[in-house]
Amino acid sequence: MSGIFSFWRSNKKTSASIAKERLQVIVAHERSAASQPEWMPKLQQEILEVIKKYVEIDSSALNIEVRNEGQDISVLEINVDCPIK
Amino acid sequence: MDNKGKIIVVTSGKGGVGKTTSSASLGAGLALAGKKTVVIDFDVGLRNLDLIMGCERKVVFDFIQAIKKECKLNQAIIHVKQISENLYMIPASQTRDKDHLSLEGVQEIMEQLVQEFDYIVCDSPAGIEKGAKMAMYFADEAVVVTNPEISSVRDSDRMLGFLDSSTRLAEVEGKRIPQHLLITRYVPERVENGDMLSLQDIDDILGIPLIGVIPESRIVLDSSNQGKPVITNQDDVAGKAYQDVIKRLLGEEIPLRFIEAEKKGFFGRLFGAR
Repeated sequence: MSGIFSFWRSNKKTSASIAKERLQVIVAHERSAASQPEWMPKLQQEILEVIKKYVEIDSSALNIEVRNEGQDISVLEINVDCPIK
Repeated sequence: MDNKGKIIVVTSGKGGVGKTTSSASLGAGLALAGKKTVVIDFDVGLRNLDLIMGCERKVVFDFIQAIKKECKLNQAIIHVKQISENLYMIPASQTRDKDHLSLEGVQEIMEQLVQEFDYIVCDSPAGIEKGAKMAMYFADEAVVVTNPEISSVRDSDRMLGFLDSSTRLAEVEGKRIPQHLLITRYVPERVENGDMLSLQDIDDILGIPLIGVIPESRIVLDSSNQGKPVITNQDDVAGKAYQDVIKRLLGEEIPLRFIEAEKKGFFGRLFGAR
C-alpha cells in the first residue's frame, strides 16, 4: 500500500509499530537482567534496606549493575537518586 | 564428522504457538526426505504429539518408562508408517510428571538414538521448567517457533538466552548452539495493514536466522483433527511452507514464499471488505 493512500497512515502509529517499540524496550531490559549475577536481586534488596534506614527513597531510586570492563575487570556500579531535603 | 544423528529441539517458551504441530511436520518432512527420524514428546504428563501424528492408539510404553528401564527403548518407539517408513515417535508419559526426567536418563536414551537415527526431533513443552530444559540440553540445533505476537516474541527471546547458556554444547563445549527462527501463523495482509509484527520487526528484535515462515491456514486444524502432519498436505500453503523448511534444514537455499499479501483484483478491491 503505497502512493496517496499512505498519506492517511503516515501520521497514525500502527499497533504493530507500538508492539515493536514496547518489545524492543522490554527485551533489552530483560537481556541485561539475564546477564547479571544470580546474587544481584538479593544484594539490591539489602542495599535498599540499609539506605532506607537513613534516607527516604523508593525502590526505583536504586540502580545497580555489574559491567565487564575488559578481560579481567568488572565494575559494580550503584546509583542512588536521593531526594534533596 | 561421524555418522551420528542430529538432535534438533523445537522450542518456544510460550504455549500454543505451534511447537507440536511444527515438530510433527519437521519429523514427517525429514522422514519423507529419506532421513530416518524419531520425534520425541518431552511434555511429560501432557502427551499430545501422538494425537498430532495420528498414532495415539498405538501407545503402549512411553519415554519415562524407557528412561526408568521399565521397558526396552525400542518398545517405547512407535513406527509411524502410515506417514513414512522412516518415521518414528516416542510418546510422553501421561501419568508421571517431569521429575522423572533425569539428565543421565535422557542422555542414555539420546546416546542410543543418535546411533540409530539420522534425526532426533525433540518436541519441547511450553515454559522453562525441567521438561523444556531437558528437551534442549542435548540438542545440536534449535528451532524456535514464534508467532508474530508480542508475548510470543518476548518468550522466544528468553528461550534464546537459555539456549545460549543451558545446553550441553554451551556448558561442556563452550559453543553456541545454532538457532533457527520459525515464524508460524503469519498473516501478510494484517502485516500490510500494520496490525501484525512483520518478519523484519521480529528479526530486528530476535536477530537469529529465519528457517521459514508458515502462513496462517485453516488446514492446520484440519490436519490435527485427522492426525496427519500438515506437511503431508501438498496443496496447502502451510504444508508447502513446511516443505520449504525441510529443504532449508537439509542445506538448500530457497526463497521465502507466502509472505506477501495477495494482490486483490479490481472487483476484489471494490467488494473485498477488510
